[in-house]
This record gives sequence, C-alpha cells and structure tokens, in this order.
Amino acid sequence: MSIVTVQIGQCGNQVGEQLFSTIAEDTYGKYSGVGVKDNETYKTEVEKCFFTLSEKGPPKAKAVLVDMEPKVIAQCKTNAKRSGLWSYNDSSSFCQKRGSGNNWAHGYFKHAQNASINVMELLRKEVEKCDHLGGFLVLMSLAGGTGSGVGAYLSQTIRDEFPNSFIANQIVWPYNTGEVIVQNYNAILTLSHLYNSSDAILIFENDHMQKMCTQLMGIKNISFRDINKVICHHLAGGLLRTNGFLNCNRLKTNHLGDVLEHLVSHPDYKLLTMRAIPLMSQHSKAYSSYNWPGLLKHLRQMLVANAAMEEGIDWNVKVSEGKFRTFNKSVANLMFLRGKDIASPDISAFQDSRLYPDWIPPGCALETWTQPRCFHQYEKAAIMLSNSQSPVGPLNHVISKAWGMFSSRAYVHQYTNHGMAEENFLDAFTSLEQVLKNYKDL
Amino acid sequence: MTQSVVVQVGQCGNQIGCRFWDLALREHAHTNKNGYYDESLSSFFRNVDSSRENASDIPLGDAKSKICALKARAVLVDMEEGVVSGIMKGPLRDVFDYNQLISDVSGSGNNWAVGHKMYGPQYREAILESVRRAAEACDCLQCFFILHSMGGGTGSGVGTYILDLLEEEYPEIYRFVTAIYPSADDDVITSPYNSVLAMHQLTENADCVLPIENQALIDIVNKVKTSTGKPSITSSKGAIVQGKNEQPFDAMNNIAANLLLNMTSSARFEGSLNVDLNEISMNLVPFPKLHYLVSSQTPLYTLADTNLPPRRLDQMFSEAFSKDHQLIKADPKHSLYLACALIVRGNVQVSDIRRNIDRLKPSLKFIGWNNEGWKTGLCNVPPVGQPYSLLTLANNTCIVNTFSNLKDRFTKLYKRKAHMHHYTHIDGMEMSDFDCASESLLGLIGEYSRLDKQGTAAPDAPRLTVL
Repeated sequence: MSIVTVQIGQCGNQVGEQLFSTIAEDTYGKYSGVGVKDNETYKTEVEKCFFTLSEKGPPKAKAVLVDMEPKVIAQCKTNAKRSGLWSYNDSSSFCQKRGSGNNWAHGYFKHAQNASINVMELLRKEVEKCDHLGGFLVLMSLAGGTGSGVGAYLSQTIRDEFPNSFIANQIVWPYNTGEVIVQNYNAILTLSHLYNSSDAILIFENDHMQKMCTQLMGIKNISFRDINKVICHHLAGGLLRTNGFLNCNRLKTNHLGDVLEHLVSHPDYKLLTMRAIPLMSQHSKAYSSYNWPGLLKHLRQMLVANAAMEEGIDWNVKVSEGKFRTFNKSVANLMFLRGKDIASPDISAFQDSRLYPDWIPPGCALETWTQPRCFHQYEKAAIMLSNSQSPVGPLNHVISKAWGMFSSRAYVHQYTNHGMAEENFLDAFTSLEQVLKNYKDL
Repeated sequence: MTQSVVVQVGQCGNQIGCRFWDLALREHAHTNKNGYYDESLSSFFRNVDSSRENASDIPLGDAKSKICALKARAVLVDMEEGVVSGIMKGPLRDVFDYNQLISDVSGSGNNWAVGHKMYGPQYREAILESVRRAAEACDCLQCFFILHSMGGGTGSGVGTYILDLLEEEYPEIYRFVTAIYPSADDDVITSPYNSVLAMHQLTENADCVLPIENQALIDIVNKVKTSTGKPSITSSKGAIVQGKNEQPFDAMNNIAANLLLNMTSSARFEGSLNVDLNEISMNLVPFPKLHYLVSSQTPLYTLADTNLPPRRLDQMFSEAFSKDHQLIKADPKHSLYLACALIVRGNVQVSDIRRNIDRLKPSLKFIGWNNEGWKTGLCNVPPVGQPYSLLTLANNTCIVNTFSNLKDRFTKLYKRKAHMHHYTHIDGMEMSDFDCASESLLGLIGEYSRLDKQGTAAPDAPRLTVL
C-alpha cells in the first residue's frame, strides 16, 4: 500500500523533504536490530509505500510539491538529490511566481483555483504509479497563505476527485506569539475547511517542537530544520510499517487507512496529536538504555497530563472521575512500539476505561502495533497517536484571538479584497466553536 | 521569483535611489561570485546584451548566462536637469539608459500644484511609456517602489501623480512609497502645503508608506559621527557640512537606501523564513488607510561607516526599539503598537528571534486585539561586511505626532492664505483641494487616535456560543 504525499507551501515542503530524508536514512541505515532477511522485507515494504523505484538513480519519493514561489521547491529538490539516498521526480512539482502573501483568501480563491487542474494532473500521475493507493498525506502549515489557503482548497479537490481514498492532513500549528500576524484568521479558515474534506488533522505545535529541541535534544540555536526533524521523528514513527499487534487482532492491509479507521471513529472528532518517547540527541543514544515498563509509564503520564514531552510532566494529574476532572480524555489511542522485546510490554494502563468517554465500548479505544525493527537508531521507541482533548487549549487560543481581531474588523479588508465575504469568517467561527465544544464535553 | 520597479522622483528621490542601486550592486557583487545572471539579480536588474544594435534583454533562463550589462529596473523622473544629468555622468551611468529618464529644465518651484497638476499631465504619456517598458521586461512584476520627498514640488507633486497613475494602470501591483518628510525648520516655506497635499494622495493610493523624517536622519548621522570620534559639523540649519569626497547627503541617503535594501532582502535572497513583499502590507495594515509604517534599523553605525565592530545580537534587538534609531522623530516604545515586523538578515536563528521577542514584549504596548502582533522574517544573506542586521517595521500610533505637527504648520500658513495664489493660479488646482487634503489628514489622525484610546484592553465581544 502506498501513500502519496502532497507538500504545500514553504513549511509543507520543508517538512516533506525532512520526512523522506528521515524515512530514507532510517530505512537504508545500518542499525536495524533485526536479521538481514527481516530487514530486507522491511525495506521493500517501506520503499513500496513511500518511493517509486527506478532502474537508474535513487528511489523517487511519491510526492507532489506545490508552492506559489519557486525558491523553496528548488531547494528541496537539491537537498534531496544531494543526499544520494533518494530524490524527487523532476516533473512532479508545481509552482507559480508569486507567493500568497500570508493571505488565506489569496491562496484559496486565486492561487488554488488556478493551480488545482495542474496539481490534480500531477497527483493522478503519482497515483497511477502505485500498485495500491493507501491514501494521501497532505503536509502544510496553518499560518501562512499558501500552505493554509491552497492547502485547504486542494484537500477539497482531492476529496472530490478521490472520494473513496483516505486523506490525512499534517498541519504545523504556529507559535503562540506569531510568525504571521494574521495567523489566527488563516488558522480558523483552514481548520474549518479541512474539517469538511479531510479524514484526520494531525497537529504539530511549533511551540512544543521548539521546547523538545531545547530540553530533550539539547540544541542551543534552533533552526527550522531542527524543528522539522523532531516533527518527522513523530510522523515517521507513526507512518512506517508495523507487522504485529499486542491487543488487537485484525488483518492490516492499509497502514494509513487502518490508522485513521481506528482513531477517527466519529466525524466530529478529527484532531490528532502525537507523542514520542524517548527523544534525545544523536550523541546520547549510545549511552542510554531503557526498559519498556519505564517508557510506557512515562508515556501514559504524558497522555494523562496532556504533556507533549517527557521532560517536566505533571505527575500530580491522576485519572479520577468527578466534577473537577483535570486529566486528558481520549476518543482513541494508537500506540506504536518499535524495537527490542516488543512482546513483553504490559499495556493495560492505557486500557483504563476512565481514559475514554463511556460511548466507546471498553477495550476498543486502544490498539498497539509493533515492529521489531529498530526505529531511528533507538533501541526501543514508543510513539503514540491520540485523538484526545490535547487540541482544546491551542484551538481555544486561536479562536479567541481571531474573534478578538474580528470584533474590531481588523485586517478583514485584506480578505474581502480577494473575494471573501464576512460571512465566511462567521461560518468558520461557528463550525470551530462546535468542534471545540465537542472536545471539551468528552 | 518576482521583480520590482523603482520609480525615483525629484532630487531627493533620485539621490536615495542612486544610493540604493549602488548598495544593491555591492551586495550582489559580494554574493554572486560566479558572474551568472541569477534569480536574485533579476529581481531588481535586467541583463542586457548591449553589443547588438538594438540592445535586448537576455532572459533569465536557467540562471546560467553570464552577466552582460546590468540595467536597473528603474524610472528616473526629475523636473530639473541637475541631479539626473549628474547621475548620467557619475559612476552609476551604465545601469541606466536614457530612455529610463524623464526630465525637464525648469523645476517645480517647490510647488505641489506645479508638479501634480502641470508636469504630471504634461509628462503622463512619457512616464507611462517608461514604466510600461520597465514592467514588460519583468517576468512577474510584484511591486513598485516610489521614492520622493514630501516638501518640494517635483517629488511630492509628480511623485504622487505617478502613484495615482500606477494605481489606475496597474491596480494589482503593490505600491510602496518611501517618502522623506521635511524637518520643522525646513527652508522651503511651502513645504507644509506640499506635504499635506501629497499625503492625501498617499493615504488614498499607496499600499504602504514608509515615512522618513529628515531630522531623524540628521540626528542619526550626527550621533554616529560623535560616537565614532569624528567631529560632527552641523550648520545652524541642521544640514551637514560637506566632507572630503563626500556628497552632502550621502550619509543620510545611505540610511534611507538601506531601508529599501533590507526590506527587499527576502525578495532578493534565500532565507529560512521568507517575507514576500506583499506579506508586509498584509500583516502590518489592519485598516485600509492606516498604512504608514515607522521603521528602524540596527546596527546603525555600520550603515554610515562599515569599519566598526559588530554589536551583540541582543543589543541589536534592544536598540531597534529605542527612539534614537527610528527613522522618524517618534518614540514607538511609549505609544501603542498595532503590529510589528522584524526582518532579520544574516547568521541568526529562529530561536534568537523568539528569545528577543519574549524579552522585549513586556516593555511594549500592543493593541488589545493584536497583542501578539509580530511578523518575523529571516534572510540568510547579511548586508556586506556585517554578520547580521535587523529592520523593524511598525504600525504604531506614535506617527500621530508627526502628522499633528505637520497639520499645525499647515494650519498656520493656511489661516493667512499665505502663498496660496501660487497654487491656485495653476490650472486644475482649487481651494477645495486644500480642504480635502487637510480633512483627509485630520481623518487619519482621528483614526490613529481612536485606536490609541482603545489601548491594550482586550476586546470584550462575547464569543459565539453553540448549543
């Protein structure tokens, strides 16, 4: 089963390039922890999923690159080629000459409508190269104009064109103190549109990623490349193939599809977040050893206390019912265990029915998938995909900031100049307030 | 990659323009080592094959063709010959063609009406033709930069006439105006009239205006001179006395030219967080007419003298918010920010910017609905000879002071109807033009003051509730 990746905008393209690098480096890396034969099978499976093999030259990523200005795409292609491990198809990119200028309306109403025919053509070509299409992964940011505006529009077009395929959108959530002043407007417009077209919206917060870089990876001057590496560690950890399971028993045919099927059991709840443990600098990996019970204990507390990383978790948060419930409730969780001794871990702590709303049948909310091959040179690594209340905080923040600005009608003229109406804003607010309420009420 | 066209009008506009071209060439020469005509050069320059009879543009292609002859994407307009013909005799003569020049001999006599109502229509076709030629040579034209002063006749009059013309002919293309405001003790008596009349046009037709006050430039240059140990010589009128081999206003014009250079850096070079030019107005202009941006640059010292040691990074950020570094005489720190952009160049990481925002934020006041109103940009290529630099662009209510002072000076003259007849005897100039212009300025002051009153209080509109 193959995944076709669509990288949109500066952020989406940079994350995409990093994702394929992470996957290629891991797959073709020496450190596997399994036998040669098993490693070969694993390699073939991963290649089938993310790359098209060609007779000459390195494998080509199954990706379509979209941006409204050519600079970033050119850079991505050069970087990929330089790695020697993989490359992009020269012809599978689309760019125009002028950026969207942080304006969602400009991206959605102008650029995307001009771009969509060409992009869909490229996408169709990529899809035709797959034996089995598992689904689409759309990478984009929320804050800018291209990623958010064009991304929202293209997701809808993909949905129309491939009504039966899975679509997951990976989005990078902007810093709280912004990179872009109108980011909250762009964010609510994007999210409300994606909620209609996408199967799942996978959120990565820049603020969290930066903290991980400082506190776990020990990086002093953090660049976007560092942040993207952390994002892709999570992302690859959830997307790379698994071949076993602990507490469920079903034939898995389509990794991406099965992930979404398990996590998004109700169309009102589509916001996913990820957690990974352990996470450390390359340098420290050789000096660390972990055991599964320890890792899982931390991971559970990260989930319960709604922490993005293991450092500084609040251990006082307890799972208890009552009026002043403080812990993070989930609709569903999916755990990936990668590395040594994966048959042994005890995962019952994640199956506690108090973690989940009562309309979920007991025992159904958690699945654990395993892969004995080591991931990213960690001897043991646990990655968790959750559909939980984690996005409530950031979502609430974005809505309230955007609403404050909207009540003064600031910046609204910039959007109406590009063919948007004030009602579009109100529609976005209404639908997201509903999403927020649903998650709060879990 | 997009291209921009610079329209420089009047003595002041042309002098700043030439400093800009000079510095831009220096910057590209520094980064472009292999002599290819590449994308970053194409944003402001054409590559022309001048060996042939009809010199034609060499297309960018795969960015592998050799630089032949670089021509600035510029239109030079002046209604007297001196400056423009000086340029054509100077070291920059090769980057301009004669068909990019539009000049007259008699000047506008410090009269906005002469520039706007007389020369404007008279040269309309010639200007349009020059602009069209420049625009057609662009692969994807994104921006017009218009440089002129506010106090004189040609810059303010013809400059704003061209602005109207561009808005009419190229409504989709962004129009950035760099406008030099006169000092309070300006020797042109009619400068308040000219400025207010010109401002009316800027308010209506520009996408972004970057006001620069002469006095601020003089102060900065003097400050640099004192701290570098070189004696500062200023005449009683505040103008700098000419040194050896130095044009009188070079140091000041350098600062203004650097503003343009830094603002366009992201459009010219690569960066990990690009700021496209259209993002500037998108992020910094919350309401259509409030598009006047206060700018500051650090490190300043090296702008006038590149032989000084670099400043520490954090110091650079702090200084950018002090009132000595603003390009208008105002103190944004003690007024209200509507939005603020940080455009950083050189060896600086995202985390450096974040750290400094967190550090500076408590000392700055932002309007309630935009208290996280930061826009950041990172360009990899620093200015020549420096490790890094910072340009801040702020939409701040402190600009009201500049406007009110101007308004007061205008009213003083207007009450007596002083010099009025010089304007009204020009065809098409009416008394009502003065009233409209002064009303427009009052309206602008009112808008900014209204927002200033809102202050930092968070908006209290109740959120939508869902059932």
